[in-house]
Amino acid sequence: MREKILNMLEKNSRIDIKDMAVMLGISEPEVANEIAEMEKEHIICGYNTIIDWDKTSEEKVTALIEVKVTPQRGLGFDSIAERIYQYDEITSVYLMSGGFDFTVIIEGKTMKSVAQFVANKLAPLDSVLSTSTHFVLKKYKDYGKVLGEPEKDERMPVTP
Amino acid sequence: MRDALSKKIVDIEPSGIRKFFDIVSEMPDAISLGVGEPDFDTPYRVREEGIYSLEKGRTFYTSNAGLKELRDEISRYIARKYNLNYSAEDEIMVTVGGSEAIDVALRCMVDPGDEVLIPQPCYVSYVPCAVMADAKPVAIELKAENEFKLTKEELIASITDKTKILILAYPNNPTGAIMTKEELAELVPVIIDNDLYVISDEIYSELTYGSRHCSIASFPGMKERTVVINGFSKAFAMTGWRLGYACAPKNIMTQMIKLHQFAIMCAPTNSQFAAVEAMRNCDDEVGKMVEAYDQRRRFLLNAFKEMGIECFEPYGAFYVFPSIKKFGMTSDEFANRLLFEQKLAVVPGTAFGASGEGFVRISYAYSVEKLKAGLERIENFIKNL
Repeated sequence: MREKILNMLEKNSRIDIKDMAVMLGISEPEVANEIAEMEKEHIICGYNTIIDWDKTSEEKVTALIEVKVTPQRGLGFDSIAERIYQYDEITSVYLMSGGFDFTVIIEGKTMKSVAQFVANKLAPLDSVLSTSTHFVLKKYKDYGKVLGEPEKDERMPVTP
Repeated sequence: MRDALSKKIVDIEPSGIRKFFDIVSEMPDAISLGVGEPDFDTPYRVREEGIYSLEKGRTFYTSNAGLKELRDEISRYIARKYNLNYSAEDEIMVTVGGSEAIDVALRCMVDPGDEVLIPQPCYVSYVPCAVMADAKPVAIELKAENEFKLTKEELIASITDKTKILILAYPNNPTGAIMTKEELAELVPVIIDNDLYVISDEIYSELTYGSRHCSIASFPGMKERTVVINGFSKAFAMTGWRLGYACAPKNIMTQMIKLHQFAIMCAPTNSQFAAVEAMRNCDDEVGKMVEAYDQRRRFLLNAFKEMGIECFEPYGAFYVFPSIKKFGMTSDEFANRLLFEQKLAVVPGTAFGASGEGFVRISYAYSVEKLKAGLERIENFIKNL
């Protein structure tokens, strides 16, 4: 049942508890309790909104930075990751397999501010060997949702 | 000048749905809960196979019975899912939707005057196809108190010495009714004792909630007297690809392929290549769609309960079939007024046969948000009655 609740929330975090209960065939308190429990256990870590910022007047740039590091003795990658993810500008940090170690996703107001962040904060860190910054030019799909225009129902309105 | 037309076709009533469609399409702000097709797109991996087959220039005819590779997959699929054993060699044919299979099966199996039993409410094409095949359609009026299942007693009461074919369509459009293995088992001896043949339209077989679909052809003694019709439209959200299939014992199938060969040649090649992928690798995608339909089904049933509208619990397809008898209107009046007063389209039950009187069909092939918007209009409508 937990997985079903999570699947529904992942698609629409604003869904009514009552609707969820009806759709899953369980009671409202059961749903509410499960959600509260999962929040406590930090299985549910937060509720975000998917926004197409390009449609607003807000200036925003997103960059994906490939970071190579030398892991510290006894601490591995985790402590370096922590040094990096503390920055508010950074929205995601993933440890990677393959040609580099971390993918760091950063949001800033301008390309310059992102470049400065990389030059002044990220690159100088002791364990960071190299960085390679890729700016996002256009977002087509994020978190399973296609951005741009909402989809239209093109089916004929009444069919047998 | 002589009349250009056959009396047979002129005398057939146009589908009640068509009438309704014309009105709705003139209303730009109307919303509809009236469609009979999935709201999902065909899974991308299936669409991609279709694209690839075009890129490769596979634009030729296939054999009349359909691509061998696809028939092999169908044979495996129905064995795995429904415990049905049909040979890809000579017992399976790929058709242009389940609709063609219905037409071809009827035309191949009846002679003038043979009676075809058609439990109603049901899909709109059985009666016209039977008429065009010179058979005599005989309606069996199913009852809401039996949850629109066909009972042994109803079947026995409808059989005459001219009865040749019984059409079974479960999971059912428009009622959403299913028939379980135990319920079908009741019918089997009656069918065999009276030497009837069955055309079993199982197009919604993947869309059941709470139990797996059971095919009447899986009972001992039934395969030789059954044509199973199924297809890709509902399970894989592939309505526009126009692809279905029929399974029948060799003696029937040979004749069906003959007719199909002269009338159709073969089903669309592009669709057939895509369908191979659907049969092979789409269990997860189908599972997700079924889960979503089930959630919406519960959502709708609960909403009707809260509004005080009586509705039996359907366990299949993607329709609910609530009773509107207590509002003192015919189905037609109800649907028309709902459309003109609240701009919401639902389909009157009578579009699916006289026994649909007192009911409307509401589809849940819509997102929950759209269902909510529709339900709000129903609520406003009955408040103002």
